[in-house]
Amino acid sequence: MHTQTSALTLHQREDGLICVISGDIDHHSARTVRTQIDEALLSRRPARLILDLSQVSFMDSSGLGLILGRFNKAAEIGTEFLLLNPNAAVTRILDIAGIGRLIKIERKKYHERTQTSDQ
Amino acid sequence: MKERRHPINEVKLVLPSHSANESFARSAAAVFLTQINPTVTELSDIKCAVSEAVTNCIVHGYTDTIGLIYINMRLYENREFRIEIKDKGIGIPDVTEAMQPLFTTDKENERSGMGFTIMENFMDTLKVTSVKGSGTRVIMTKKLAPLPRVIK
Repeated sequence: MHTQTSALTLHQREDGLICVISGDIDHHSARTVRTQIDEALLSRRPARLILDLSQVSFMDSSGLGLILGRFNKAAEIGTEFLLLNPNAAVTRILDIAGIGRLIKIERKKYHERTQTSDQ
Repeated sequence: MKERRHPINEVKLVLPSHSANESFARSAAAVFLTQINPTVTELSDIKCAVSEAVTNCIVHGYTDTIGLIYINMRLYENREFRIEIKDKGIGIPDVTEAMQPLFTTDKENERSGMGFTIMENFMDTLKVTSVKGSGTRVIMTKKLAPLPRVIK
């Protein structure tokens, strides 16, 4: 079965690569998103990798695995890693796992983060 | 002897362990709950807990095979929701160990080992029973907050 409940959009900015994940992140959908982010990370080797979670409608512990995996991959090649704008439900899961102690979580207003030049 | 309480509504689902059914299972639970008007937080907590339990059946119970997942959802008086999620897969050798935060047998596929911790946090009760070689059963309950009283 190849139905996909999540999508990934990439924005290359001067200060880093922004990965906007939208839809549901579960075990089923995480595999594709993971591959796509890793390909972009390894080919572009940005100074910063920003995972924009604002469009995530659902996330379970598979999302934690996805986040921690990308954090480790980014660290391996010296890329700074941060999370952007998780919603309330996603924040609850990040808090249970104590992600905030390990990874920087930024909360910015909408207009600030949409000023990007799409590639 | 324990008295069996009668649910006010009950639904049974049987689904094959395709990973695409993770979203189906949690959506089915959400639809079942709409009849008692849950809050947004209650709904997202229950969806997440159901997703964790069903993912466990798929990833761990039936690792290299497709088997059946049995779901039983019940509603009781006093807005109590109960869900049982069962597989007939390989079972868990040590349930106490498996329930420890960060414990996982599948590091390669980036499983975080937080599934049972999330189920525990998001539901009121969690009971896990497993028999090696014959399967695992997870029973979770959550009592939803009373509805706000309408002032006439």
